[in-house]
Amino acid sequence: MTALLRLDGVEARYGPVTALHGISLEVGEGELVAVLGANGAGKTTTLRAVSGTVQRSGSVFFDGAKLARRPDAAARAGIAHVPEGRGTFSELSVWDNLRLGAYTRRGSVKEEARRVFDYFPRLEERKSQQAGTLSGGEQQMLALARAMMARPKLVLLDEPSLGLAPMLVTEIFDRLDKIRSEEGAAVLVVEQNANLALAHAARAYVLEVGRVVVSGSSAELRADESVRRSYLGY
Amino acid sequence: MLIAAFTWTEFAQQLAAGIRQGAVFAGLALALVIIYRSTRAINFAQGEMATFTTFVCWSLMNHGLSFWAAFPIVLVIAFAGGVAVERTIIRPVENGPVITIVIVTLGLALLLNGLMSVIWGGGNRPFDGPFSTRTIDVGGVPISLQDVGIVVVSFVLVALLAVFFRFTKLGLALRAAALNRDSSELVGVRVGWMRAFGWGLAAVLGAVAGMMVAPILFLDPNMMQTILIYAFAAAVLGGLDSPVGAVVGGLLLGVAITLLGRYVGFVGEELKLPAALLLILLVLVVKPNGLFGRVAVRRV
Repeated sequence: MTALLRLDGVEARYGPVTALHGISLEVGEGELVAVLGANGAGKTTTLRAVSGTVQRSGSVFFDGAKLARRPDAAARAGIAHVPEGRGTFSELSVWDNLRLGAYTRRGSVKEEARRVFDYFPRLEERKSQQAGTLSGGEQQMLALARAMMARPKLVLLDEPSLGLAPMLVTEIFDRLDKIRSEEGAAVLVVEQNANLALAHAARAYVLEVGRVVVSGSSAELRADESVRRSYLGY
Repeated sequence: MLIAAFTWTEFAQQLAAGIRQGAVFAGLALALVIIYRSTRAINFAQGEMATFTTFVCWSLMNHGLSFWAAFPIVLVIAFAGGVAVERTIIRPVENGPVITIVIVTLGLALLLNGLMSVIWGGGNRPFDGPFSTRTIDVGGVPISLQDVGIVVVSFVLVALLAVFFRFTKLGLALRAAALNRDSSELVGVRVGWMRAFGWGLAAVLGAVAGMMVAPILFLDPNMMQTILIYAFAAAVLGGLDSPVGAVVGGLLLGVAITLLGRYVGFVGEELKLPAALLLILLVLVVKPNGLFGRVAVRRV
């Protein structure tokens, strides 16, 4: 499999604080890859390094080319980042959020929206509602829908389960599987809930203080003694 | 006597004059709000930017162009000038403290004021407006064509902007960039350029306001200074964050000061501004975020 995304010795820093000490990882076309680790391990920073929303060095290759370190360049290249806090515009309507999702596309917004409403019918009912007034689950759906409006090749998903009831989290991961199988988009997901992430991901990377300490297929990681103890809790 | 003699005809006339003044305040207040939303800066140079472009219009007309031929050229120049100002002067300090940006815009005001004196000289200049000062009869009330023209031009501009912000992709991106910089970048919006674009739009609004009032006030480098203070007041009254508020605030203020000046004896010409500010103070005591300002509360 050719890698859609490849990070080679990527370092990232917030001012004087180095958060990633040379991360290398790959995501194949259409693959769902999870990034696991404790708080402060650099999971979120890994996603931010890809989308260029943090200072980084080292090389990031995407879709066969070196990726410029500017978030709008990443978006144009086909990367949709759903950040912590979901990155929706709470003051704007659901519909305007979706229009913004399709900002880098030339075609008709309505057509893209019809496709996305198929996955998230609830959002169609709430089209004209202000995004900030949606429930937490609906906001997460909107964040995903907004990302899918751009027909991305890669979705960066940061803690989709944060603050949501377990049932909703399962629902979101199920939708994600459906979206992936129908659109062929790859997903790099950061998740606290390691069990859930490994159940849906093909492969995973485990981070500790800014370094990859273990990586492999989900099955391998589930069998790994230290991973099981530290992250799966059994 | 505290209250001057009252006739309905005169009241209607005063109301029309107030709306005309309010339309100009509204345009300039809207410019301030657009800049405030895009760069969180209070642009003290807005008045001088407007006067400068009005001088450009005056020069073009001196070279034989009619007002309506010069008008679109001036708008293009104003837009380019606004973009250039943001890119060159504001951008280096945009992440600095608010006070830095304020000082920079004050400096820009002084610079433009000086430039105008150097290029065009001081002193009042008559400016031939596009509208006749002839009055027409509207239901028994004589209203000058100039007032009607100013109001129509201002409203057409505001309506065009509203359509632009609501229905175009670029307008949506401008709003998004003002609301949430990080999220906008993640969907591919070039936030830096959106800020520059906001300044360009504000400069266009200012230019129109300047070209509308110049025939009434005579053209000189300080022409917009008092109007800018009213525009600030209008923007604050409406809520600095709200374009709708700026327009409503401008109109309310224009009507209020005209009526106060005419009907409340002790206010007269001289006390119009303090009276208006007192009125605004009272509104802000009740609604600290202005009439249309959003209260900073959000669901998490």
